[in-house]
Amino acid sequence: MKTFNLIINGIGGQGVITLLSLIDQAAFIEGYDVRSSELHGLSQRGGSVETHIRFGKKVYSPLISNGRADLIISLEMLEALRETSKSGKAAKFLVNEFISPFIGSLTKEEIEKQLKVLKNELHIVSASEVCKEKLQNEVVSTTYLLGWAVYKKFIPLKEDSVLRALKYVVPKKYREINIKAFELAKKHD
Amino acid sequence: MKEVLLGNEAIIKGALKAGVDFVSGYPGCPSAEIGDDFAKIAKEKGVYVEWSTNEKTGLEAAIGASFSGLKSLVNMKSFGINVCSDALLPLAYTGTKAPMVIVVADDPSCWSSAQTEQNSRAYAFLGHIPVLEPADPQECYDFTKLGFEISEKFNIPVILRTVTRAAHQRAVVEFEEVGKKERKIGKFIKDPHQFSTMPPRVLEMKKELLEKIKKISAYVEKSKANFISGNKKSKIGIIASGISFLYSMEAVEELKIDAQVLKLGFFYPLPEKLIANFIKGKNKLLVVEELDPYVEKEIMRIAKTANPKIKIFGKDLLSEIGELNAEDVCAALAKITGKKFKKFSVRPLILPKRTARLCEGCPYWYIFPTVKRVAPEGTIFGGDIGCNMIAGLAPHSMHDYLFCMGSSIGISHGVKKSTNQKVISLMGDGTFFHSGIAGLINAVYNKSNPLMIVLDNRITAMTGHQSNPGMGKTLMGQDTQELQIADIASACGVKNIKVLDPINIKELEAVIKEFLEKEEVSLIVCKRICALLARPN
Repeated sequence: MKTFNLIINGIGGQGVITLLSLIDQAAFIEGYDVRSSELHGLSQRGGSVETHIRFGKKVYSPLISNGRADLIISLEMLEALRETSKSGKAAKFLVNEFISPFIGSLTKEEIEKQLKVLKNELHIVSASEVCKEKLQNEVVSTTYLLGWAVYKKFIPLKEDSVLRALKYVVPKKYREINIKAFELAKKHD
Repeated sequence: MKEVLLGNEAIIKGALKAGVDFVSGYPGCPSAEIGDDFAKIAKEKGVYVEWSTNEKTGLEAAIGASFSGLKSLVNMKSFGINVCSDALLPLAYTGTKAPMVIVVADDPSCWSSAQTEQNSRAYAFLGHIPVLEPADPQECYDFTKLGFEISEKFNIPVILRTVTRAAHQRAVVEFEEVGKKERKIGKFIKDPHQFSTMPPRVLEMKKELLEKIKKISAYVEKSKANFISGNKKSKIGIIASGISFLYSMEAVEELKIDAQVLKLGFFYPLPEKLIANFIKGKNKLLVVEELDPYVEKEIMRIAKTANPKIKIFGKDLLSEIGELNAEDVCAALAKITGKKFKKFSVRPLILPKRTARLCEGCPYWYIFPTVKRVAPEGTIFGGDIGCNMIAGLAPHSMHDYLFCMGSSIGISHGVKKSTNQKVISLMGDGTFFHSGIAGLINAVYNKSNPLMIVLDNRITAMTGHQSNPGMGKTLMGQDTQELQIADIASACGVKNIKVLDPINIKELEAVIKEFLEKEEVSLIVCKRICALLARPN
């Protein structure tokens, strides 16, 4: 398999790094060489957080070069727009329909318009809303999005590996709700 | 066993495998997980762990441990080595007794750093201290062990210099898990000849150190931490230092270039013979390293006798600013080899920047706007490191200067002495304990009168909520004396002191107004817990 390049981004505190750990672990379970890169600290105080995951036969750099991402998972809409340098023509965008506004931020309509200019395969999913409604928990929307990526085969990982990874990465008291969120994505189109 | 580990987690595993007994340091990004995660396993693994008040006291604690026969690990971010350098340089002279590894985490591109884009490798030259540079979590594990090995063999502290992309890289690591152990009690055996740098002994010690480095150089020539990969006959060579190796390998594969690569795990001392032999048969050489061209300059020197005709490329093609990536190395290699490579053309899209901001419910929300509103026009605001750095960003945009830990009061004193302007210094509680007190004493002693506001959110928050002397808890969870900032200031001679809850805005307003008129140093301690800690989980 050619190295799979995945960007996960969002804003500090949204659970970007937990999602990254989950995917790292699932890729490891499937026997891939995996490398990822993350940022902590200042960027986690509500700033933009961009993380890179690469897995395949042999991976050197922990960073994805411009234009080489296969999939972009964005937990916030404006953050998705920031990845236009990383996404090649073939990159798919999986975007949480969620906006965290700030001074000078763009409107949702403007962001959607800009995202569509790209002509990349684009899926805007109301993960935060669905999780809030069905599970009374917005935080697990990251796991729900991962479910989407896995069940729609946007990401070459098996359902079973992700569930095993979940048991390994997520603390016991949050495990069940995360599994529910993951499997909830199976039922949605 | 094999697991996916973060670079910092791999350092912990490596230190445990080496039998570490004593861990000290000061939290910063990207190194803080080392102390935080060590604390979780300290009891089981028989390790003493502390957050020290600053990097200097942290290193000094480890020196005491080393002299008492305990294996120690010190951890800090880049700037920490500046703080502890006063103790570090004589430590190279005295040498260690039990081995010591010092982790210094640099942050090229300044992802989580103000101050400077520091290249801590320079301390190798300043102190004659061996420096290892891991490229990934596996090397974080291997090199931590190797650092202890070298330190034990040569009685010298060893620096493990990481960067954000190694410390915060996750990858599969093969390691050995260690079992439970009892905490070791050391014994200090008197040896002033070795532990005291008093002249004339100090110059003898320098001679001993230089001789040690010679021996270590011979050891480094044979070390597997430096290795060569690729076709021996190739006329093109790449010498890559630390993390740059990963970008170099990616670039070689991408461009399908027939090149031989020498990976340097050691930054200091360099394996000079290995380098000389490597460059002998080559026509062209690319040196790939982040930030300053320290390795490049050394190689130019070595090439003068080893292969004067070789063409050496480096910082003429790669930036001295910011971290590197595979694309940068591709572009450089393409230029040297004549291969075609087009950088991906990025669609120009200017987006509003989302900068760090105060969390919801942060007590600082009460403080910044109030201070700004009440202070007369033209008031100078000194900023400091920590969450209060956010005061420098919109919508607050308050800082008139920002330097290093604890500096706001020191600089404010100088401004106050030099002008007739009003000066307010902002500082967090963690920073106050780290290095703010000395500046406060200087201001009092020299009859200055800035207003200092300590934003006491009851924890060292920015780096991920580490304990500090104001909390009454140690890193290992023991109850301890809870130091009162007001008491310390009072003992330092500060006459005007007010401790208040900043949620009482009217009171805060009144005190600021009153204290700005004082002829002596004044201190307001705004005491309210960090919102993230106050929140039920």
